[in-house]
Amino acid sequence: MASAALDSKLHRTLRFYEATNGKKTVMALTGAALWGFVIIHLLGNLQVFLGPDKLDKYGEALRATGALLWVARGGLLLCVVLHITAALQLMALKAKARPQPYVKKVATTSTYASRTMYWSGPVILGFIIFHLMHFTWGVPGIHPDFVDGAVHANLVKGLSQPLAAVLYLTAMSMLLFHLYHGIWSMFQTMGLSHPRYTPLVKKAAAGIAIALAGGNIAIVVSVLLGIVK
Amino acid sequence: MNLTLHVWRQKDVATPGQMVRYDAPNVSEHMSFLEMLDVVNEGLILKGDEPIAFEHDCREGICGSCGFMINGIAHGGFKNTTVCQLHMRHFEDGDEVFIEPWRATAFPVMKDLIVDRSAFDRIIASGGYVSVSTGSAPDGNALPIRKQDSDLAMDAAACIGCGACVASCPNAAAALFTGAKISHLAHLPQGQPERKERSLRMVRQMNAELFGNCTNIGECEATCPKGIPIEVIASMNGDFLAASWQERPPVEIAGAG
Ligand code: HEM
Ligand code: SF4
Ligand code: FES
Repeated sequence: MASAALDSKLHRTLRFYEATNGKKTVMALTGAALWGFVIIHLLGNLQVFLGPDKLDKYGEALRATGALLWVARGGLLLCVVLHITAALQLMALKAKARPQPYVKKVATTSTYASRTMYWSGPVILGFIIFHLMHFTWGVPGIHPDFVDGAVHANLVKGLSQPLAAVLYLTAMSMLLFHLYHGIWSMFQTMGLSHPRYTPLVKKAAAGIAIALAGGNIAIVVSVLLGIVK
Repeated sequence: MNLTLHVWRQKDVATPGQMVRYDAPNVSEHMSFLEMLDVVNEGLILKGDEPIAFEHDCREGICGSCGFMINGIAHGGFKNTTVCQLHMRHFEDGDEVFIEPWRATAFPVMKDLIVDRSAFDRIIASGGYVSVSTGSAPDGNALPIRKQDSDLAMDAAACIGCGACVASCPNAAAALFTGAKISHLAHLPQGQPERKERSLRMVRQMNAELFGNCTNIGECEATCPKGIPIEVIASMNGDFLAASWQERPPVEIAGAG
């Protein structure tokens, strides 16, 4: 087995990323940024409950920021690309590290969320692409009747399609799991662990994940029940 | 009690293995798991068959030689228990028991239940040392160590290198083992001079051995016979981050002297 050279000639940033710990750190930092996006995105969308014109005005205000909006979009895209690149590399390592599976393997104390990170992640990615086609680009065939700028009406019409609603609900449950494990795992990855506070961090992560997924689910369900029209 | 065993049999590292069914009649509840296998092996030897190969040494849970999967759980899944300390009273008449070696690329199966764990030795060799002055013995109490730090160091030092953490981990990561070794020395004053290089070297050696990446699942902690907590992994991550931040290119001529 090759021994790990301590003084390779790689640039220090690349050397950092070369190690699994480097990739984990990138995942934690980009994951944190994406988590921040999920919070802001939900807060914006919850305005749907404040009346039909609120969301349209919010959309207008966002577009009015111009260049700033594109900076934010670019930053988010970069985070998604970095997060997924690291995830794919680590997933490949996982397959290499144990090519022969156990005949019998039982999970003991680990959570479903922790064991399915490499599943919930890709589901969320697929959902993001669908979601952009649905509500941002309004791709015909994906959205039944998309009108540029009519955010509220687009949302109500889009979520009234049963198949789309089911997709939203599924994706949000996976987001719940991904964020629950991701949020507390982030602390561990960054070296923060404490016998007293880590259990609290886990509880808070669960609460935050439930609130974020639940908030989005509430919008979908309210449209389905005709509470939001 | 009578048991049915399904045991992984493999001739050598190059030959593929398979599960083989054995009867284990008249097992006494007072036996340890390894003693039960000893009896099965005597039967196999009498029949002219090859006995089941497994590693063991102290048989009192302190050396780290023994270990395999029992019914899909490393060391059988009893709290803080190695297989040599696992007693047959936990089983019931008629039980089917699946016995498999640790599975990881870094731990090739040598024979039956024996895996080669020298990857662990190379991780330790890469950074698990401290510099000491030779010569006259140091004064026993010359180096004060905070009580809490000595406790944490001793807890981490309890790791016996059995490999159950790698075996239990869905990623086949060696983060608990490596974290224990790094954390052990990081809490002691003797470990400070090499602390930064240690985390860089040991993590990189762990990667070079093709262990997987830790995603904080926690199966390792649950099956570790020494109860090493995943807090040591966070401690390793923190040291690696700090050391990476401060790492700089070597200079040709040192400034002082
Ligand atoms: C293809 C898409 C994705 C994949 C494959 C993926 C996979 C992963 C994996 C494997 C982890 C590491 C878990 C660990 O170390 O314990 C992780 C962490 C995380 N992910 Fe994702 N993810 C994806 C998309 C996303 C998205 C879109 C978000 C944002 C909503 C997100 C948020 C997070 C957060 C906050 C973490 C925590 C970072 C950490 O554990 O250190 N992920 N993801
Ligand atoms: S950390 Fe625990 S499970 Fe892993 S090698 Fe050490 S004693 Fe065994
Ligand atoms: S034989 Fe020594 S720990 Fe089991």
